[in-house]
Amino acid sequence: MIPLTWYLILSGILFSIGAVGVLIRRNAIVIFMCIELMLNAVNLAFITFSRQLNSMDGQIFVFFIMTVAAAEAAVGLAIIVAIYRNKATVNVDDINLMKW
Amino acid sequence: MLESLLFLIMGLITIVCALCVVFQKNPIYSAIFLIQTMVSLAVLYVLLHAQFIAAIQVMVYAGAIMVLFIFVIMLLNLSKEDVEGGRDKLFFQKPSAIILGFILVVMIGTVTLKTVSQGIKDEYTPEIISQIGNTQLVGKMLFTKYVFPFEIASILLFAAIIGAIVLVKKRIIEDEKV
Repeated sequence: MIPLTWYLILSGILFSIGAVGVLIRRNAIVIFMCIELMLNAVNLAFITFSRQLNSMDGQIFVFFIMTVAAAEAAVGLAIIVAIYRNKATVNVDDINLMKW
Repeated sequence: MLESLLFLIMGLITIVCALCVVFQKNPIYSAIFLIQTMVSLAVLYVLLHAQFIAAIQVMVYAGAIMVLFIFVIMLLNLSKEDVEGGRDKLFFQKPSAIILGFILVVMIGTVTLKTVSQGIKDEYTPEIISQIGNTQLVGKMLFTKYVFPFEIASILLFAAIIGAIVLVKKRIIEDEKV
């Protein structure tokens, strides 16, 4: 039986990789995938705590996070397609209309 | 023993694939590596006695959501220059982001190792879960304690469908007028 702390550390590493990816990539779709990675890291933490506390609530929360992630992916990708139609690019450095 | 070995292998695969998602140049490769990350996370969920969530992870995340991603990548059909991204506008962004990421990992690791986790333990031990069945328990919780969030989720998905259609359709209507 491996200590559950390891799962939490793995979750932290995955979250950090996702956060770094959001900061260093310029392609909007890849940034979006990194956000999904961060959501997955949080899901792993939820399941770990659920296992630690012998509770089912964490798993239900993961279920709802997946629902929200599906909705977010649909709307977010629609936004990216709309941006691509207007500006012919998905590079976030070129999408600076609201930058002061 | 076998469990620890499986955790180590799957954890390693997860981290390597997550790094590949970030550092691959081509978005399609990033998407493929993200699918592998999700599948190995599903294995970890099985290790944590959450079989239903593992199945949902493979079907919804690796199946539905990632297909949507790959579909959009194919639809946009980005050129080579667009994929490479060209020169950074902020000069020191990448190195500082990686350094800060390392600091974040160290901070999360320290906090996790130092904290003694407490909390009221519930009744669902792995033995009871395997006796009743994980899926059955999730279903029971969804339709008793969490029935209101469950209904709200349906409205959220409906709103997402309408939002996606409206966002993408706008241009088509304008084209028809012209």
